[in-house]
This record gives sequence, C-alpha cells and structure tokens, in this order.
Amino acid sequence: MAVFILRRLAQTLLVLFVTSALVFGGLYLIGNPIDILVNPAADEAEKLRAAAALGLDRPVLEQYWIFLKSALGGDLGKSFVFGRPALEVILERMPATLELAFLAMVMSVGLGIPLGLYAGLYPDRLSSKAIMAGSILGFSLPTFWVGLLLIMVFAVQLGWLPSTGRGPTQEVFGLQISILSLEGLKYAFLPSLNLALFKLSLIIRLTRAQVREQALLDYIRFARAKGLPRARVIGVHLLKNIMIPLVTVIGLELGSVIAFAIVTESVFAWPGMGKLVIDSIFQLDRPVVVAYLLVVVFMFIMINLAVDLLYSALDPRVRIAEAK
Amino acid sequence: MKEESPWRRFCSDFISSKIALTGLILLSLVVAVALFAPWISPQNPYDLAKLDLLDSRLEPGGKYLLGTDGQGRDMLSAIFYGLRVSLLVGVVSGLIALTLGGLLGVLAAYAGGRFEALLMRVVDIQLGFPAILVALILIAVLGKGVDKIIVALVCVQWAYYARTARSAALAERGKEYMEAARGLGLGRARIVLRHLLPNALPPLIVVATVQVAHAIALEATLSFLGLGLPTTEPSLGLLIANGYEYLLSGKYWISLYPGIALLLTILAINLVGDQLRDQLNPRLSRA
Repeated sequence: MAVFILRRLAQTLLVLFVTSALVFGGLYLIGNPIDILVNPAADEAEKLRAAAALGLDRPVLEQYWIFLKSALGGDLGKSFVFGRPALEVILERMPATLELAFLAMVMSVGLGIPLGLYAGLYPDRLSSKAIMAGSILGFSLPTFWVGLLLIMVFAVQLGWLPSTGRGPTQEVFGLQISILSLEGLKYAFLPSLNLALFKLSLIIRLTRAQVREQALLDYIRFARAKGLPRARVIGVHLLKNIMIPLVTVIGLELGSVIAFAIVTESVFAWPGMGKLVIDSIFQLDRPVVVAYLLVVVFMFIMINLAVDLLYSALDPRVRIAEAK
Repeated sequence: MKEESPWRRFCSDFISSKIALTGLILLSLVVAVALFAPWISPQNPYDLAKLDLLDSRLEPGGKYLLGTDGQGRDMLSAIFYGLRVSLLVGVVSGLIALTLGGLLGVLAAYAGGRFEALLMRVVDIQLGFPAILVALILIAVLGKGVDKIIVALVCVQWAYYARTARSAALAERGKEYMEAARGLGLGRARIVLRHLLPNALPPLIVVATVQVAHAIALEATLSFLGLGLPTTEPSLGLLIANGYEYLLSGKYWISLYPGIALLLTILAINLVGDQLRDQLNPRLSRA
C-alpha cells in the first residue's frame, strides 16, 4: 500500500511538471500581456520598464526556471492584473466554487440514488420510463444552454430567483460562505441545479443498471426466502452492494463538477475559480491561468487517489487482487 | 427460404426500434440541413449587404420565422449555417481522432511491451481529467480558430478510441484467423491494417457516435465561453452566446432556437448511438 501511494505521488509531480511546462510554454506564444496591461498611449521605454518589472523581458526558459524554483517554495507568481500572489487570488475564490460543487453533489446524489433505485426496481412502470427518458435528456442538454433556460424561466419570466451573482456571505473559519443563509441559497440554487443536472442523469442510470443486475443474484433471493422484510432487503442488502461502484463514480464526479463549474460560473456570473480563469485567459493574466490549472490538476489527482484508497477499503476483493 | 445477409439483418433490427428510427430520421434531417444550408436558407446571414439593421431583434413570426438577432440577421438562416460549422467540427475531429486513436490502440495491442505500457499510461492519466479541462488548457495555449479547435478536440478524444481499440484488438489477437494470417506469412502492416483493424472496428463505431455528440457539445461550450471559434464562423454555441446579452431583457429567441437545434442534433446522435451499442454488443445479441 505504501509503495502504491508513493508511486502515485511521484506520478503527481510528473503530471504537474508536464502541465506547467505545456501551459507556460503555450501561453508565452500567444499575445503579449504588456499590450493589454499598459496604457496604449505609453511609449516604448515605459513598456520596457513594465516588462522588466514583471520579469517578462527575460528569455522564456529563464522565466520558466524562475517560475519552477519559486513554485517549489509554494509561490506561483504574481497576478499581472491583481498585483497579488496568483495562488492567493485563486484560494480566495475557491470557497465559492466549492460550495457550488457541494450543493450540486448533494442534489445529484440525494435525488439520483432514490430515482435510480425506483427505476431499477420497477423497470416496467411508466414513471420509471419517464425517469429514464429524462436522464437521456439530461445527458444530451449542453450545460451552458440549460443554465440559460433556467435564467430565462425562473429569473426573467417568473421572477422567483435572482438571475446572476452570489448572495451575501458569512465568515466561517475564515472562509466566506454564502449558502448558510436563505438569501444566499436563493442565489446558489439555480447554478448548483445547473451543475447537478448532468451528474444526476449519470447517477440515475448507474444506480438503475446496478439494481437490475444485483436484484437477480442469489444473495437477494436468499434474503427474501429467509423472510426478511422487503425494506430491509433493499435498504441493507441491495444498497450496500450497489454502493461500491457508485462511490467510485461519485468521487470521480466530484472532480469533474469542479472543472465544469467553469461553465456554470460563466453563465451565472458566479465569482468562483472558474469565472476567474476564463477572465484571466482573456486578460492574458498568465500567472493566474497557470496557477489555476496546477491547483485544479492537483485537486484532481488527490481526489482520484482518495477514491482508489476508499475503493479498496470498501471492497475486500480489490485488496486481494493488489496483494497478488 | 433465402438466407438473410448480416447487413440486411442489421438494418431490419435497427428499424424495428421506433426510438432509434426516429433518431435516424432526425439525424438525416439535421445532416441534410447542414449540407444544403446555402440553398435552403432564406438569406445569406454573412453577406452584410443583405442585413438590415432596422430589422434587428424582431420577434419570431412575420417576415422572419424565428426572429432576428442584434444585427438584423435572420435566426433561421444563422442556425442553418451554424449547424454546418458545428457538425463539420464534430465530425472532422471525430474522424481524425478515430483514425489516430484506433491505429495507436491496435498497434499497442499488437506490439505490446514498452510501447503499449507507455501509451496506456498516457491514456489513463489523460482520461483521469474531464474533457472540458483538457480542452481549456489546449485552447488557452493554442488560441482561437477552426483548425485550433479541431486539434484540441482530437487531443481530447483520441484516448477514448485508443483504449477501446486496444482492448478490442487484444480480444481479436488470439483468434484463429489471426494465426492463419500469420501462418500465411503476411506482412505485419497487412495483418494489422487488413485483418486486425476491421475486426476491431465495431466497438470503435459505438465510441465514435458518443464522441461526436460530445465533441459537438464541447465545441459549443468553448465557443459560448468565447474560447472556441472566431466570430466570422459562428457555430451554434456562438449564436447562443450572442443571444445571452439579450436574454435578461426577455428577448429569448436569439439564444433559445440555436440551443434547440443543438439539442436535437445531440439527441439524434445519442439515440442512434444507443441502438448501435445494443446491436453491436455481442453480450446482448439475441440467442
């Protein structure tokens, strides 16, 4: 197990290194941030001074080397636009993204498992077929367009919920959280529903497929023959066994929710990391783009690792396979 | 009784599913509209001389069936032309990724050893990240443009094809016809291209239908974020993005109708793909 974790951590470093080199080199090739940052009326000398102040006058390899050296010390460079450390700017926006991701996961798991369970236990009912048709729709609808529809219906036509932005925040352990108040939840509801829709469809389909497969197995028939109440057979015996693949997928989807928040945040003008990185790409704020990608890639790898570990904890068969 | 050919049986099986047939008809319609857009559109939406600014932001109905956008462009024509761009990007990137990924996957299965291990490790790592993130990195690096976005979509998709092709080829490798081909002393290239690849194709076709739908949705998303295609060649995603600013003032049609066109396209491909998957999956084939 220790070897496994060590190998994965080494791989993490390699992936982070490759990502940083790729992004750093690529961003260097497109556009010159000085043209955007400095007043267009400025003369050559002023531009050169600005470039020197940001370290942009040096050769790209030297810039990358400086970046790598300070990155190892936890410093991912200073944002050109904000004039503050890029990492600080990103971490400041992170709670907004995480609370959106959290609400979206709660919605998709809380609705997806019961609906999938129902559709799997009664596959021939009309309501089950409606659930499945809905889930195909949820797969086919592009996230950003659903977001627009939600704004159109609930904010513009009905006027029930605010269209864009984030509600008032409260400080909890030094983090700015908005979903603890009713007003904040009003703002968060549409974006997190938007973010949840695709995952919801996925979890419904997966749960249904699992239920249909497991319900035919001997242990379920045995439990029923033993005379256990139906609720116990489903709630304990069946649910326990379908949870193993579900936990893996839910864990992995948590990462993709954070990535897909880029789209939802842009639609709803939600001030999270995703909106920040899109703005930074347009403003050629290289340090923020590079830092965002490194932070997200790192979060991703950690989530994947945690899921792998959790998986082997939940399913003894995996541990046996690894030991061999 | 005459023996049914496999192809004919495949077709009759396909048609027997009403949902799949609906999807196929819808898909044919979408493709036809995209192909013949210049001839069936009421106006050429990119000929600035034809646009009348006085007609901008007109509601659907009347002279313009689906209304007009901020420049007085007929939405119906814009959607027809946008469909062309969206489909083109999706299909071209899908075909290139299929060829590249398919070949690499089959080669990995056939060659084995270090090449296989390295390739599959790269595939594993890439598939660990969501497509939108990989595409975002690439677009941030490459910049805008039809060619750039096709490159980005190919980079996102090839791994799915490579993984599928490898596992299909691994299953085929041990079969007798492969041994026969080797026994005949055929060249390596011939064995891989003429014998292994065609037999590894069915699962790749299934992946392809799913991936083309994904590619179209992903391109629309990137264009919506302003990171995809340039404004001179608006795809459906860009049309939707253009309508975004008018949405809050209740001018819904500029975003709504291109979105419906996008949805119908993706839905049609998914319906056809679902049926293909069921029919090409040997585990589900009829007894």
